Amino acid sequence: MEKRIDEYKIIDNVLEKNKPKRNYVKNALKAFIVGGVVSLIAQGFLLIFVKIFSFDDSTSKSLMSVTMVVIASILTGFGIFDKIGQFSGAGTYIPITGFANSMTSSALESKSEGLVLGIMTNMFKLAGAVIVAGIVSASLSALIIYLVEIIG
Amino acid sequence: MKKIGENSIEFDKVYLKSTGVVAGPLEGKGPLSSYFDYIYEHEHCGCKNWEKAEMILLSDAIDYATTKAGLNKTDIDLYIGGDLNNQLAANNYVMRNIEVPFLGVYSACSTLTAGIIVGSTFLESGYGENIVTMTSSHNATSERQFRYPTEYGGQKPETMTFTISGAGATVLSKDKAIVKITKATIGKVIDLKQTDVQDMGRAMAPAAALTLKQHLLDFNILPNEYDLIVTGDLSKYGKNIFIKILRELNINVEKNYEDCGLMVYDKENNNVFAGGSGCGCSTLVTLGYLYNAIKTGKYHRILVIATGALHNPIMIAQKESIPCIAHAIVLERC
Repeated sequence: MEKRIDEYKIIDNVLEKNKPKRNYVKNALKAFIVGGVVSLIAQGFLLIFVKIFSFDDSTSKSLMSVTMVVIASILTGFGIFDKIGQFSGAGTYIPITGFANSMTSSALESKSEGLVLGIMTNMFKLAGAVIVAGIVSASLSALIIYLVEIIG
Repeated sequence: MKKIGENSIEFDKVYLKSTGVVAGPLEGKGPLSSYFDYIYEHEHCGCKNWEKAEMILLSDAIDYATTKAGLNKTDIDLYIGGDLNNQLAANNYVMRNIEVPFLGVYSACSTLTAGIIVGSTFLESGYGENIVTMTSSHNATSERQFRYPTEYGGQKPETMTFTISGAGATVLSKDKAIVKITKATIGKVIDLKQTDVQDMGRAMAPAAALTLKQHLLDFNILPNEYDLIVTGDLSKYGKNIFIKILRELNINVEKNYEDCGLMVYDKENNNVFAGGSGCGCSTLVTLGYLYNAIKTGKYHRILVIATGALHNPIMIAQKESIPCIAHAIVLERC
């Protein structure tokens, strides 16, 4: 047994010395650029909805989000989004495109299990966390604002 | 058959009569494609879902192996197999169509050698004349089982491996054939508290190194006894760590060592990250390429150390680490 512990120490040492290096700077830069491009495209849609179609501000914003979601979902369906995501990382994962992709990919994945138990049950498997986090943080911030107003 | 040393077995009369190897499209574009019996052009293999596709790969592999051995599927005394799906789904569902005794084995990506060890032991203990061992894996089914949906757009690190779509089957027999299974070393579960499931080569390298060390110790031999030593699916990073661990343990394998995960794919033109993995990885290389290389006389003695990460996704979510195992078999020309 003692011999085995010695061996483990030697191996641990090798594992410790050979940790994979992840290139955070390069990844952050790629995410920054692609994320910026995604935002730029979204801004373009917003301008089109406001200037050309003369929708009001809040309708245009909703339409812009919906358009981005549709585009991301279609790209997911054609198997293109995961390749972009591999390059850009957080650049496409953090914006609403990532949310759309997580739902569409889960839906596609579970299609073979049927409509109700497959697609409908699994669609929010990954996106559910985002929704829960969104609702909880919105409620908390609303509570804080309310309390501040009462005290203030 | 007798037990040698602490973990090893020496077989007297187990021959590898034939193999059947079926691969997916990306594997078919790799450098070993000429050694596969059949290559599917599409990942779906003409089926409605991924699970069915994996079953097709597996049942085709069984067909090729038994046909090449000149046997009917029902002439076999026992089937032994495993895959990466929950409940060994691919194997169990394929075996419902073949009315022959079946034993399921799970040893993650080292199922190939685990199956062959169990099969050889059965054969030597007198259970019949011909035993089939088989394994399969499919990129999409194991992504679903262990990772994210296939079209999910998260970023994968360079250390990630790419699960191979492919299946292989062997007919182990008492009848004399060119390739013989002579020795085996059964691995222990090794867990050095690695937790990154996107870097499994690193977690498995210690298990492979300790199995090799035990093998050399049990048989009192040196690595140069073998023309080639291959590990299952340590990939680019794990391979490196494997060599470094062995160097610390005073074992030198630098001249005759390769990793199956780095042999299957055309890495220049396809992005497979750190290399191939899965049950199919060691299977395609060993039963396709290495089996033929021994048959044609290119190699005489090969040690195959298939490596498996035995983790369970729920246990990993519960902050457990990745237990790993490696089983070794020796293929010899006779």
